[in-house]
Amino acid sequence: MSLELRNVVKQVGAETHIYPTSLVFERGVFNILLGSTLAGKTSLLHLMSGLEKPGKGEIWFDGKNVTGVAVQKRNVSMVYQQFINYPNYTIFDNIASPLHVAGFDAAEIKKRVGSLAEMLKLTPMLDRKPSELSGGQQQRTAIARALAKDADLVLLDEPLANLDYKLREELRDDLPKLFADRGCVVVYATTEPGEALLLGGRTAALDKGSVVQFGETGKVYRSPDSLLSAQVFSDPPINVISISRKGDVFETAGGLNWPAGDSKLGDGEYIFGLRPHHVTPVKSGVEQLEIKGRVQVKEISGSESLIHFAFAENVWISQVRGIFDLKLGSEVAFYADISKGMFFNPDGSCVD
Amino acid sequence: MTKRTNWIVPTFYIFFLMLPIYWLINMSFKTTNEILGAFTLWPQEFTFDNYIKIFTDPTWYTGYLNSLTYVGLNTVISVSVALPAAYAFSRYRFLGDKHLFFWLLTNRMAPPAVFALPFFQLYSAFNLFDTHIAVALAHCLFNIPLAVWILEGFMSGVPKELDETAYIDGYSFSRFFVKIFIPTIAAGIGVAAFFCFMFSWVELLLAKTLTSVAAKPIAAVMTRTASTSGYELGLLAAAGTLTIVPGAFVIYFVRNYIAKGFAMGRV
Repeated sequence: MSLELRNVVKQVGAETHIYPTSLVFERGVFNILLGSTLAGKTSLLHLMSGLEKPGKGEIWFDGKNVTGVAVQKRNVSMVYQQFINYPNYTIFDNIASPLHVAGFDAAEIKKRVGSLAEMLKLTPMLDRKPSELSGGQQQRTAIARALAKDADLVLLDEPLANLDYKLREELRDDLPKLFADRGCVVVYATTEPGEALLLGGRTAALDKGSVVQFGETGKVYRSPDSLLSAQVFSDPPINVISISRKGDVFETAGGLNWPAGDSKLGDGEYIFGLRPHHVTPVKSGVEQLEIKGRVQVKEISGSESLIHFAFAENVWISQVRGIFDLKLGSEVAFYADISKGMFFNPDGSCVD
Repeated sequence: MTKRTNWIVPTFYIFFLMLPIYWLINMSFKTTNEILGAFTLWPQEFTFDNYIKIFTDPTWYTGYLNSLTYVGLNTVISVSVALPAAYAFSRYRFLGDKHLFFWLLTNRMAPPAVFALPFFQLYSAFNLFDTHIAVALAHCLFNIPLAVWILEGFMSGVPKELDETAYIDGYSFSRFFVKIFIPTIAAGIGVAAFFCFMFSWVELLLAKTLTSVAAKPIAAVMTRTASTSGYELGLLAAAGTLTIVPGAFVIYFVRNYIAKGFAMGRV
């Protein structure tokens, strides 16, 4: 029992928003759409909800073709990035609105709204209007409304993006619990790889309207199918450099080299990718390779530093705990955990 | 400027703004003889006769009723026609939408005098001459574009995700529009209705051209009285004062929303 997209295509004017896409989303797992802005996450969610019809292809739900079924006739609910509530309704009526439309009786509505409000800590606010609530409460109202009618398909379009850090963490912990035993298909769109990893489930990595990889979240992260997939699933961006194998040695563009060891790659040109947190300005492990780079930018976020440095005509990033006193423009030694690196063919495809 | 002289400019400004209105009200409580006689700052013989005459003489008060009727009709027509039009402009992209939207505004640039003659001929041909609906329809010429512009501004301030959420919740378009969308932009509707009311209320040329007796607006009554029975200045002043009242009354109710409309750059 599932939601199935079969070769759906969406074009708007001359622009293609979604290239032929086939995906199967199962019930009971968190399905994540991961991609930057304009990757097509919202377009895909619109297609799944029935708000927009695909130009080509079919959408099946639980073995039924629902491609042409109007959104009102499908049992769908959606939460947006902006806090969308009906401004003229009280919180109670906001949560109850899908039930009102579906024609539930007053007692049942009262019971359902009451338990949802309890679950999402909205009980004291039921008589207020959305504009009198904080952002987090407004978003919880939207989530409560999405849960109210026991939808078969729940679409969450970056629901935490507009919340402040603390609220985001709080709601992110709650979300999987809220959907855990509802048996609906949950699709969650996000731009943040970290969020995808925290939520688990299955992830579809999107880039410019195409799905680059779909699978278990951890697997997509650890063994990306392609350079593109690794790039989508990396924030800050993954460090890349061209590399070649000659005999027993790997040699990178900047003249770094290390023994190939028992690598199964044949001689030839490759692209080497290394996630920023595997590059540090302090020596720690044994298997580390020293890279000399010129420091360009330092960003500090909390107790974490992002150090951008120029290395062999590329800009690499080191993501590391702690704050380092590095002078901009100075040449500094970084240590790369090359065993964590990934190899791709020069065209970005996976080597196997 | 120092704090001690801050009050000078606003005080003078308000003084000169209010002076003609004060003078109008002042005259409305005087007899015509006193107005034509010595210069007096306030009524020496305070009288309500002018007002009593207006409220008892049908040729006077029907003028108000006529004006209120066609203005009310026009406001209702303009806003109800502009609502779906503004929704289309704010939510859909279609061929030439931006040009059409701008063209609407250019309708406001044509002086009503241009349309007086063709309107007179057309309305006469359809036996609509001297009816309230004729004036109400004629005023749609400039009020519908205005209402569309104002409402479009307010509607575009409502995210389209609100519409989508309603459809997802199961609302049909019409139910969503009436139960959710219209209450959401109630302020905008108030502002649009206010401006339609004002512009229709102050417009004289078309109203005068398209009416003779049965639907004669108050402003036309005022000009006619001045020309036929000599100088009934007190009476005219009272009529003028009463003409200001509806506008002041309406603006009181929408004063908070108008600031919002100005902030959106549409009023």
